[in-house]
Amino acid sequence: MPKDGGIGASTKRREDVRFLTGAGNYTDDINVRGQAYVHFLRSDVAHGRINGIDTGAAEAMPGVVRIFTGADFEGVGGLPCGWLVTDRFGQPMQEPPHPVLAQGKVRHVGDPICAVVADTLEQARDAAEAIVLDIEELPAVVDMKAALAEGATKVHDDLKSNLCYDWGFVEENREAVDKAIKEAAHVTTLELVNQRLVANPMEPRVAVGEYNRGTGDHTLYTTSQNPHVIRLLMGAFVLGIPEHKLRVVAPDVGGGFGSKIFHYAEEAFCTFAAKACNRPVKWTASRSEAFLSDAQGRDHVTKIELALDKDNNFTAIRTDTLANMGAYLSTFSTSVPTWLHGVLMAGNYKTPLIYVNVRAVFTNTVPVDAYRGAGRPEATFQLERVIDKAARELGVDPIALRRQNFITEFPYATPVAVEYDTGDYVATMDKLEEVADLTGFAARRKASEAKGMLRGLGVNCYIEACGIAPSNLVGQLGARAGLYDAATVRVNATGSISVMVGAHSHGQGHETTFPQVVAEMLGIDASQVEIVHGDTSKIPFGMGTYGSRSLAVCGSAMVRATEKIINKAKKIAAHLMEASEADIELKDGAFSVAGTDKSVAWGDVTLAAYVPHNYPLEDIEPGLEETAFYDPANFTYPSGAYACEVEVDPETGKVTIESFTAVDDFGNIINPMIVDGQVHGGIAQGIGQALLEHCVYDDNGQLQSASYMDYAMPRADDVPFYAVDHSCKTPCTHNPLGVKGCGEAGAIGSPPSVVNAVIDALQSGGKNVTHIDMPLSPSRVWAAMNG
Amino acid sequence: MYSFELERPTRLADAVKLLSDSTESLPLGGGQTLIPTLKQRLASPERLVSLAGIAELKGVKTEGGTLTVGGGTPHATVAAEAGAYPALAALAGNIGDPAVRNRGTIGGSLANNDPSACYPAAALASGATLVTDRREIAADDFFQGMFSTALDEGEIITAVRFPIPEAANYQKFEQPASRFALVGVFVAKYPDGVRVAVTGASEEGVFRWSEAETALSADFRAEAVQGLSVPAEGMIGDLHGSKAYRAHLVGVMTKRAVAAAKG
Amino acid sequence: MTQVSMTVNGKAARGDVEGRTLLSTFLRDQLGLTGTHVGCDTSQCGACVVHVDGKAVKSCTIFALEAEGAEVATIEGQANADGSLNVIQQAFQDHHGLQCGFCTPGMVMSAAALLKENPKPSEAEVRDYLEGNLCRCTGYHNIVKAILAASGQDVGAIAAE
Repeated sequence: MPKDGGIGASTKRREDVRFLTGAGNYTDDINVRGQAYVHFLRSDVAHGRINGIDTGAAEAMPGVVRIFTGADFEGVGGLPCGWLVTDRFGQPMQEPPHPVLAQGKVRHVGDPICAVVADTLEQARDAAEAIVLDIEELPAVVDMKAALAEGATKVHDDLKSNLCYDWGFVEENREAVDKAIKEAAHVTTLELVNQRLVANPMEPRVAVGEYNRGTGDHTLYTTSQNPHVIRLLMGAFVLGIPEHKLRVVAPDVGGGFGSKIFHYAEEAFCTFAAKACNRPVKWTASRSEAFLSDAQGRDHVTKIELALDKDNNFTAIRTDTLANMGAYLSTFSTSVPTWLHGVLMAGNYKTPLIYVNVRAVFTNTVPVDAYRGAGRPEATFQLERVIDKAARELGVDPIALRRQNFITEFPYATPVAVEYDTGDYVATMDKLEEVADLTGFAARRKASEAKGMLRGLGVNCYIEACGIAPSNLVGQLGARAGLYDAATVRVNATGSISVMVGAHSHGQGHETTFPQVVAEMLGIDASQVEIVHGDTSKIPFGMGTYGSRSLAVCGSAMVRATEKIINKAKKIAAHLMEASEADIELKDGAFSVAGTDKSVAWGDVTLAAYVPHNYPLEDIEPGLEETAFYDPANFTYPSGAYACEVEVDPETGKVTIESFTAVDDFGNIINPMIVDGQVHGGIAQGIGQALLEHCVYDDNGQLQSASYMDYAMPRADDVPFYAVDHSCKTPCTHNPLGVKGCGEAGAIGSPPSVVNAVIDALQSGGKNVTHIDMPLSPSRVWAAMNG
Repeated sequence: MYSFELERPTRLADAVKLLSDSTESLPLGGGQTLIPTLKQRLASPERLVSLAGIAELKGVKTEGGTLTVGGGTPHATVAAEAGAYPALAALAGNIGDPAVRNRGTIGGSLANNDPSACYPAAALASGATLVTDRREIAADDFFQGMFSTALDEGEIITAVRFPIPEAANYQKFEQPASRFALVGVFVAKYPDGVRVAVTGASEEGVFRWSEAETALSADFRAEAVQGLSVPAEGMIGDLHGSKAYRAHLVGVMTKRAVAAAKG
Repeated sequence: MTQVSMTVNGKAARGDVEGRTLLSTFLRDQLGLTGTHVGCDTSQCGACVVHVDGKAVKSCTIFALEAEGAEVATIEGQANADGSLNVIQQAFQDHHGLQCGFCTPGMVMSAAALLKENPKPSEAEVRDYLEGNLCRCTGYHNIVKAILAASGQDVGAIAAE
């Protein structure tokens, strides 16, 4: 059994105490003396030309400090896109400017036009109502196919069309794939929509900008998953502030799920305005505003074809996807449908030929970017749905068809450019069949039918790619940032430890789990180790938390830094004990000389480092602090097998989740309790996508699902207790902890099994339904049954 | 929110007076709809008159065959104290969520007449009488289409009198996001016949389904409404369900309500 | 401006507010009790749930003046007198019933209201009671488990840690 606080222990979270007593410190809890408030006047039309803005009357309103428009930002950079995608023909994507405040045109409902800074928020809102806008409404481009049609209205006048890029992957496979599909014994085709979602972390975004005119220092408090990335993007590309004059703080952050990765206009505005107004400026989004300004997720329309030979072996996959970018390119928008989507298309299967075509499209809607899973759920959904459909067409068992085509030898190089280091898909499927009691399904179906309900079973596998890397490769693919991470381990004189990490914790529990690793390595109590994160002034550098990367990438940097600490501490210990460094052993928080009873405590070594009276000053420096940057050699590849059982009410179409089982292979696990929690949350978001959530625009680009009155969030009574198992472990081969990442698996792996289960239920009831687009709301299921 | 004065009278007469003077005033019941509306700046009263402090508007009592609920009674109180009319108590106990039920009131809900609210179905199916500060209004005359009622400006619902039926049940099929009724059907059986009221479904707001009433008055079994349907035309069609789907659900929920009412 | 007085977590509190000042705003901005969170503007997320005269209410959907003279309880007043976590708070920590912590104050306050009304709720009753409390992190699994555990029921049979 692991120790209470080391690797493998379900240590209770230390951060919980402050959250459970109301002592958390979220960005909206921060108020800076003398702060003013900003209200953004946002476009209420999806597309329009700005012919005039008259702020005269508004400026005279009580409490108004200053009103900003796009003209105030003409000398300022736009919000950058972090990934340059090159198209099938070798040309760079079309990349329109993204101004902080609209210039010339508004391009989506919610596009900020003016920013009113006033003494109080209500005064800012009052003044915003007095601004006179002359906006000529233009036809809105909403549907992606219509956006690409000849002669379509252009979202960006200066671009050639609404096509951001036409990406082919792997382009060299294109003809071979076409040929394989033409010659296949069987081809299953599925057209589907992976609908647009809204991430909806429970904490809306907040930004507070502050400027010290004495020192010229800027500070931004913001709800971010990656404060250093914001500092880099905003400082270098938007406002021209050097890093040493810009501090970005992301304190306690109330969830992100991707939507708080990106650099947003409101952050740049508050930083800019604090200097311009010589006053701190605060912005707190309302939930209604969040629906119109947080980058949204998914929104793919796909046709997938799966070719099989006469023995049901997969021979080729071809996909054709339209991916919605929205009106502007959000920070990582362009990478999601390409490098985070295409490279996953092999899934868990040995399909020799794959070709993925993605056309990214501009529309008059809120920008789309990464949301939990980011490209990987879209890949998994189409693949696992088309396999299920193929099994039904061929009259074979969907699990048997999967097993037959599993990759079984590792490392495995896929035809979509990645190499899976480890995995055991047979083991996870075996475990799933056991944990989900699949042999008992027939009896459970019978019991449901006796109540007049249809029961279905859906299964799927998934493969994930976490910790996107290495930097030199992603650079070739168009990334405009490195994807390493950094950690500094600072051992204090009395032996306690502060670990400054580039990863940011906004629910993941790093403050508890990262110390487990350091404590295990040093043999000291985890309570001696404290994690510092979320403040660029305290941490050397970091790329933040997204893509299930924190432990695999930043945790690895922390391990490397701790190894350096151990090496130096051993030198000090050797000196203190007058022994050879090679003979020093570290165990249970003490250094000893092998084969002797000589020993020196951890605290004596650390004190010597800072009070170096008896110290090898000629060989090493005083102090005990080490930094490591870690750039992974490859992605990590978690995988798993999921099963869902549903009941469908044949009279109303209402789907109820009866059980949900997740078997994941995450490699080594630091804290099983927290890993389970990550999977639970992901499953709920996946069930939300499968059954409930839908971000809907009407033909004029007006958001129909603009609040929780119309955007259906999963609630406690929409979901069951989940059965999760992670006893299958194939450790990652290329990072020091053998860990893979668990943050997104639940959201990636769950939607297909839910939909597969509903289709199974309907077919068991004699309904010839082969597909329903998500969300499988009662009305859609009923319509499909009666179609 | 725009700025307004908040008055908190403790006597009904004072509230009525405040609502009838020249200041543009709105009554504030539990505020569970009005406050979100104010946050969006969709209403701009000069004054809100809170009814929450008026004791005479609160309470549930049963006399003879009638259950009377004070207009300012929160849903949670009706759920707990309307045991003499179990279907009404159950309906009240399933409006919104617990925190909403602790504030939202029957008078506020009926006066708002949201087309997807639950209480209008109960009032209409029960043939309730709405008592105001100045008159009594039969439920059949009260509901006048979406968000529209027979109330005059400043008129306050002081009580609702429900004749207690022999059997009744309310079936709500929830809209997945708001959890308001996508379709809700309240069936109440009285000695002189069955009344069926439908909420959530129609563009005209809550309505009585007379065809079902006739059939059920003759034969109070779920089978009696088999084959009956409301026309899809005139139903609400939105992202949560088409007109045809809502029309279909009216039939399903009616059957289920009858079956449940019969216990 | 009108003066409002109430008792918050057992202590007298007063301040000058406008008619439109919400109780959540009064608690956060004037009393500095920032544990009460605001996650939506349509009265649905429940992050702002507090108790007013012993009943759970959404503090973003009641005006501060409507709480005149009331006993208000917030998350800051829930711990035991010695500062240790109370039974519900402790169960949330023991069963990992929170991740980002933003919805947590409302969850704990709703759980407290539930257990006062119904000391031994079933799983279904817990899930039903949480209709007005949204959580985006936990998938509710460990929240429901924590509340059942806080009610003294055995949760050992529920899957996962």
